[in-house]
Amino acid sequence: MTKIIDDLKYAASHEWVSVDDNGIATVGISDHAQEALGDIVFVELPEPGTTVNAKDEVSVVESVKAASDVYSPVSGEITEINEALLDAPETVNASPYDNGWFFKIAIGEEADLDELMDAEAYSDHCGDE
Amino acid sequence: MGQRTPLYQKHLDAGAKVVDFAGWDMPINYGSQIEEHNQVRTAAGVFDVSHMTVVDVAGNDACDYLRHLLANDVAKLDEAGRALYSAMLKPDGGVIDDLIVYRTSFGYRVVVNCATRDKDLAWMQEQTTGFEATVNERPELAILAVHGPISHEKAIGLLDANKAETVGTLKNFRGAELGDWFIARTGYTGEKGLEFILPAADAPALWDQLLAVDVKPVGLGARDTLRLEAGMNLYGQDMDETTSPIVSNMAQTIAWEPEDRDFIGRAAVTEQLNQQGQGALPALTGLVLEERGVLRAGQKVITDQGEGVITSGSFSPTLKHSIALARIPIDSTSCEVELRGKPTPVRIVQPNFVRFGKKVFE
Repeated sequence: MTKIIDDLKYAASHEWVSVDDNGIATVGISDHAQEALGDIVFVELPEPGTTVNAKDEVSVVESVKAASDVYSPVSGEITEINEALLDAPETVNASPYDNGWFFKIAIGEEADLDELMDAEAYSDHCGDE
Repeated sequence: MGQRTPLYQKHLDAGAKVVDFAGWDMPINYGSQIEEHNQVRTAAGVFDVSHMTVVDVAGNDACDYLRHLLANDVAKLDEAGRALYSAMLKPDGGVIDDLIVYRTSFGYRVVVNCATRDKDLAWMQEQTTGFEATVNERPELAILAVHGPISHEKAIGLLDANKAETVGTLKNFRGAELGDWFIARTGYTGEKGLEFILPAADAPALWDQLLAVDVKPVGLGARDTLRLEAGMNLYGQDMDETTSPIVSNMAQTIAWEPEDRDFIGRAAVTEQLNQQGQGALPALTGLVLEERGVLRAGQKVITDQGEGVITSGSFSPTLKHSIALARIPIDSTSCEVELRGKPTPVRIVQPNFVRFGKKVFE
């Protein structure tokens, strides 16, 4: 069983979101996603300052097996990226919910969060695949 | 549930992620494909390849039969134990399978791919007409491949004195029959190694002994990246019945001499070699992408001479960038691959990337 963290929100496309008190969301991919991808060898990240819509392709992960898009779960402006992943993409495999985060985004539309799943719903979603 | 090798439970015990491979439940990895790959390049790993098909060929005409059946010439095997890599062709030159054939005390032992088992056996049987030769599958045998720079020390240390002495003096591409075990210096990784063809009942104990001396289990995922780095073709991906060995970097595995040897497909591949010389047929070559991104099978390649396609592509864990095999027009000097919508220049190299842990292309 892959790990699902209780107090995060999840997109159907397997990104997780953690929102802080200032309306900044941190986004990564779930343990289920990294497990399915296998060893990750490259990560492409968005430019800080870019404005994105919810469900836009903003990032790419390439594993030994396949390339996969990462979508922004919410709209807003990218404020920060995890540059450590450029040289150490395997961090995503080792620590998907912590050191393996992808980017931070200043949430433009709070309502986007309502579209996301809680841990329980996401667990069911993974089980259904 | 698919077919299972005698080591299925051992794979589960080692934490394998099991996938379907041509109807077999096989380990794709035991955690990290890249770590397993590096284990084989730097130390020693063991693969269960018992899904592969072992076929013994015997009879007074066994040699003549195989000289007709195979594009390479088993007459080169001048003593028991010697091994040969060959294609088995259709009359039109299409590759039915690629295989290893060993000369043995009883005749020959042939190891073919598992996905092609049924058609291979049918074809091999059909071609015995007119020869006093028998073709017997040996499904009761398992195969363990132990590969890596310290694989010999590790594996030989587990053998009794008699076996150890024989295996310790084996030359590359040679094997030895030791009771009901056959041990050979052959493999599919570009590293030193040994392959053990042995009764299924003996396989789990050998597996346990290897793991006990720190030889690590390696899955089919790493097997694929290791063979790709070594520039070795994968049947069904880099060649199949629709492709000639000439366009699959296998021309050098065809024995053209003696000229009067009538092997199946001879006329067709002779003509295809001529056509390639005139630029009418492509060649299988190596591609290297030194920037970020991963070349993948099926991607279109555009060269200064026309279009081609990637047949195998992956990230090379040893080189830390992507490599590929691609079928492209001959004499191409520059080429691009469209990666995620962006034309990206790639370098054309000899299709051989890593041997004995080191980069080998310029």
